[in-house]
Amino acid sequence: MNVPIIYTLCMILFSVGIYGIVTKKNVVKIILSILIMENALNLFILMIGYRKDGIAPIVQPGMDAAGFAASSVDPLTQAMVLTSIVIGLSMIALMVAIAIRLYERFGTFDISEIKDLKE
Amino acid sequence: MNILPLFVTIPLAGAFVVSLFDFIKDEKKKNISTNIFASLAGLVLLVISIKVIGSAGVYSMGKWKLPEGIVLVLDPFSGPILLITNLISFICILFSFDYMSGYNGREKYYSLFFLMVAGMNGLVLTGDIFNLYVFLEIASVASYALVGFGTMREEIEATFKYMVLSSVATAFMLLGVAFIYGFTFNLNMVSVAKALGSMEAPVGVYVALGLFIIGFSIKSALIPFHAWLPDAHPSAPAPISAMLSSVVIKTVGMYSLIRICYVVFGMNTGQVPEVLRVLGILSMMLGVLLALGQWDFKRLLAYHSVSQMGYIALGFGLGTPLGVIGGIYHLLNHSVFKSLLFLNSGAVYYRTGTRDLKEMGGLGKKMPVTGATSMIASMSIAGIPPFNGFWSKLIIIMACIKSSHPWLAFWAVLGSILTLASFLKVQRYGFLGKVKDSLRNVKEAPFMMQVSMITLALLCLAMGGLMLPGLYDLIFVPAAGIILDQAQYLKLVLGN
Repeated sequence: MNVPIIYTLCMILFSVGIYGIVTKKNVVKIILSILIMENALNLFILMIGYRKDGIAPIVQPGMDAAGFAASSVDPLTQAMVLTSIVIGLSMIALMVAIAIRLYERFGTFDISEIKDLKE
Repeated sequence: MNILPLFVTIPLAGAFVVSLFDFIKDEKKKNISTNIFASLAGLVLLVISIKVIGSAGVYSMGKWKLPEGIVLVLDPFSGPILLITNLISFICILFSFDYMSGYNGREKYYSLFFLMVAGMNGLVLTGDIFNLYVFLEIASVASYALVGFGTMREEIEATFKYMVLSSVATAFMLLGVAFIYGFTFNLNMVSVAKALGSMEAPVGVYVALGLFIIGFSIKSALIPFHAWLPDAHPSAPAPISAMLSSVVIKTVGMYSLIRICYVVFGMNTGQVPEVLRVLGILSMMLGVLLALGQWDFKRLLAYHSVSQMGYIALGFGLGTPLGVIGGIYHLLNHSVFKSLLFLNSGAVYYRTGTRDLKEMGGLGKKMPVTGATSMIASMSIAGIPPFNGFWSKLIIIMACIKSSHPWLAFWAVLGSILTLASFLKVQRYGFLGKVKDSLRNVKEAPFMMQVSMITLALLCLAMGGLMLPGLYDLIFVPAAGIILDQAQYLKLVLGN
């Protein structure tokens, strides 16, 4: 099985994010780990549509459809990444707001001290 | 005119418009006007979702045809889910009138509420995998904010936990979508289904399948992915607990799981149903055992949500028509009785200020409507005839026996008995017995709360009628057909 090295690197970055979420005790570091995870995903999606020496997905004058399809990178993945960046932004914004409230209520960012709710 | 896009546009526009009511400075006037606006919008959604039940249709957004365009698909599986979503959200809006008087920022509450409804309606209707992810995120982000709406210690802690686990789940889903796109170069469900059917599936497709199963299992809180639910659902305001437990985990979790794994991947036999059965049995038994030891009313209900999701997963996991019908039926029934129970707990909390069963007692005498409706809901969830929960559990147990899994039937019956024990405890400590001295001056819940609870209680009785041959053939048989036969779905969407 032949997996390009770039995909492997994206997956390593994704795993770094997951590792951070699981092991870190600090709320801000958890949020940063989620950011890393999302960015790894965005990179991965972009790389699926990547083509070596591909042109930007804009039809130039005098270019026919077949020639465009043969030389351009995939525009759909770029649209997907754009959407996913916006979603990630809204989620991170809400998370940071919640983190500020957490600090107001508990006076700490350490999640091992934030445990009012019993198991 | 095709009315399918209205299911997304009405709540989205409603969310925008209701947030403009902020300009009304007088708190009382603002509350009344937002209440009227929200209930009208909810009523319109309910009416159009009743109108489309039993029909099927496809709407191409912006007149872009398949396979390039994005479609909204109404099929026999999404119709009932759409109806129950809009029904429960309308009833929860009615309940919010009085309950939310303890919170300020009513227009923001309704705005988030409608965003959540828009996300769920879109998710149920969409025929595109990436759109499913987008709508799912809309519903989830709105629900994070709603869980933490009170912004006190407990709510903020619960919502942070919910957010972190849930964002891992959605990241897994997006990764699954990326894998699918990488292998099929398509995103709409029919093209993906056709492409996957025609090729020898590479390993990556199974990786994507695993990512989807994990992601949606976290969202639908199947054990061992349930850790966030018993914190998040009780901490939210009661109408939101009702929405989360009765609709959100079903549409965002179980519906999407079945839609992707069974309809798109076409894997309704073999390994995937087996995984669902195992997760179902685990959730069913461990959920109810964990619920038995709880004294917090809402936390107990939250653990029962895990347990009942297990029944639904078991029904779908059998993979036979009867089992799938049982799964859908129990999904609808659980939406009704679990939202009723959460609204009961909300009414009790509104009048007494406690969720602890040990501090309650004899509330049935002081709050007759709440007591009676909670009795009906308890009997429904425990599976006592003639209430709706009995019929759907009966179908699931019969399906277990017919597909030669007698042990699964045994566990399902045992789970049902333990559920009964748990709700006898709720009734015994909460609503029956002697009235505590501290509760002498408790009054019945306000009128609108009573209306919403009585409506749901009547539905608990009436939904047993879905077993009648006419309705059964109209609603459940076509739905099971779509889930178990991919060709029917392709035919419906492509139209030939």
